[in-house]
Amino acid sequence: MSVLVFIETENGLLKKNFSQIASYGVALSKKLGVKCIAIAFNTDDCEKLSEFGITEFTVFNSGHKFFDCLNYVNIICNFLLENHCKILVTSSSADSKYIGPLIANKWDGHYAPNVVEIPSTDKNFVVKQSCYTNKAFSYTEIYKERIVIGVSNNSFMPVKEKSDCKVKFENLKDRIKTIEVLSVDKFTGRKTIADADIVVSGGRGLKGPENWYLIEDLAEVLGAATACSKPISDMGWRTHDEHVGQTGKPVSSKLYIAIGISGAIQHVAGIAKSKVKVVINNDPEAPFFKSADFGIVGDAFDVVPKLIQKLNEFKSSS
Amino acid sequence: MCYNIKCFIKFEKIYVVKVLVCINSVPDTTSKINFTDNKEYDSTNIQFVINPNDEFGLTRAIWLKEKQNATVDVINVGQSQSDKLLKKCLAIGADNAYRVNIEAINGEMVADEIINFIKSKNHYDLIIAGRESIDYNGGMVAGFIASKLNFPFVTNCVGLKIENNIAYLTREIDGGRENIKCNLPIVVGSQKGLVEESDLKIPNMRGIMLASKKEIKVLGPSKYVSSSKIIRFEKPSEKKEIKMISPDNLDELIDILQNKVKVI
Ligand SMILES: Cc1cc2nc3c(=O)[nH]c(=O)nc-3n(C[C@H](O)[C@H](O)[C@H](O)COP(=O)(O)OP(=O)(O)OC[C@H]3O[C@@H](n4cnc5c(N)ncnc54)[C@H](O)[C@@H]3O)c2cc1C
Repeated sequence: MSVLVFIETENGLLKKNFSQIASYGVALSKKLGVKCIAIAFNTDDCEKLSEFGITEFTVFNSGHKFFDCLNYVNIICNFLLENHCKILVTSSSADSKYIGPLIANKWDGHYAPNVVEIPSTDKNFVVKQSCYTNKAFSYTEIYKERIVIGVSNNSFMPVKEKSDCKVKFENLKDRIKTIEVLSVDKFTGRKTIADADIVVSGGRGLKGPENWYLIEDLAEVLGAATACSKPISDMGWRTHDEHVGQTGKPVSSKLYIAIGISGAIQHVAGIAKSKVKVVINNDPEAPFFKSADFGIVGDAFDVVPKLIQKLNEFKSSS
Repeated sequence: MCYNIKCFIKFEKIYVVKVLVCINSVPDTTSKINFTDNKEYDSTNIQFVINPNDEFGLTRAIWLKEKQNATVDVINVGQSQSDKLLKKCLAIGADNAYRVNIEAINGEMVADEIINFIKSKNHYDLIIAGRESIDYNGGMVAGFIASKLNFPFVTNCVGLKIENNIAYLTREIDGGRENIKCNLPIVVGSQKGLVEESDLKIPNMRGIMLASKKEIKVLGPSKYVSSSKIIRFEKPSEKKEIKMISPDNLDELIDILQNKVKVI
């Protein structure tokens, strides 16, 4: 019996969240007294996992450069069966949430997404999950033997642990082509909200798309991703993939800076998992000040350029 | 005249795509979330709405009906309070509304009930369910339906066109988009971007009149045995006090972010 972690890759390299997912799997496997092994596709970036306690790593070469949903599902299901795994650990990325339910069903397992802690295993298996877009948590008892866990972003910190990790390579045979990915358009040169440690976000207080240089410039000095409130993408000032909140993207960055955003309940719910929230708003009564960590009452057009300048000075002096 | 007949014949030959949209009823996004004894969701004074991700899917389905003559059925697994939402679906253009009369307890169960329903009908070419619901955020209904029916599945869908029984889809991925081609039948997880916010339909008088004449077909549930149970809820701990910083003292902010909370 063992715990299997699914490690995601991009352009042949492990994705940034690999250490969180691996550490989660290792911690859970210790609790269950079993070993923790890993699976990935199309990579030779195999050294890193031995720093996080994984003992076996199997890499499948799919012979196809895009995310290949149904083939990945088949391979992972077979692998789970062959290795008598009880638990599969995945992340909360778009790709993991795509294949999670498919694997759970095919493998006859339970799918538990948005898990925020190591499960308790005293009597029954109980997972803590965030629900109602971070407005609450639920504790779910699971009666199935097999479980697919989707670990919520940034809810488990990596733990370094050296291990002897055996790496094996395999090739995919008989690829099924039911879902054919024709092409991928990547937003190049832009940090994505899902991956960024820092997110700088703008709302209606910025008055118009022509003023977005404030958000972009601040994001650039901080190495941050840019985001926006819902009306901004509805009006077409920014593209939909930047819309964060309950009906947009969730944010779980280390730092979230909200500029000219009032802090509506739907917005705040979506960013609740960010560690530190800074709000810049000219209205001292803006609801966002109730849920932020640090607040500045001031005009964005005045405060943001000053902040950019200070950060630049700070960067060049350090 | 002759041309018209030709047109008509050609039109007859076009295959009518049959669409099923799964509709979940969720608390309105402005709702404060409360629980009774931390055991049950407290729905006192809560207004329920169509799950936003489902509504984007429904709106695209209605578009397929208007542009390509598709038929659109909707289904909900839930109790009678969902009828109001199903009526709305009919009023904005759905052809038939079905409801499996049982409280929805988790995504897998909802998927099971919907599959039973699909099997009792002849066939659907396109099954749409929201990428996730905004209550439990489970995101598994669409995937489970696809997997159990052995249909291909594309989620986080922000583009959907159908030509000659082939679906052309766009899936939003972290940091980009994927363009996909897939034969029907298919299951799609819908989300914002599949249609614009401004495309969402508000029922008009005519629609409401038509809907009031249509019946919601209520079906009995199957014998589902759940493999999990929510044993309790918890609310996040109350927020600590905010620290205000003067706009004339941005050095303090930078110092805190760098040295105290260590995020830059
Ligand atoms: C079903 C539903 C789902 C929704 N989902 C989401 C969601 O996922 N995400 C989301 O963001 N919203 C969502 N909303 C919308 C939400 O209710 C708010 O309308 C929205 O978040 C407000 O955006 P905003 O803060 O940019 O604009 P506003 O509320 O107009 O706020 C603008 C703010 O800018 C400040 N301001 C103005 N000028 C300046 C200046 N010069 N300097 C500094 N500050 C200034 C103002 O004081 C104000 O606080 C949803 C709504 C509904 C009904």
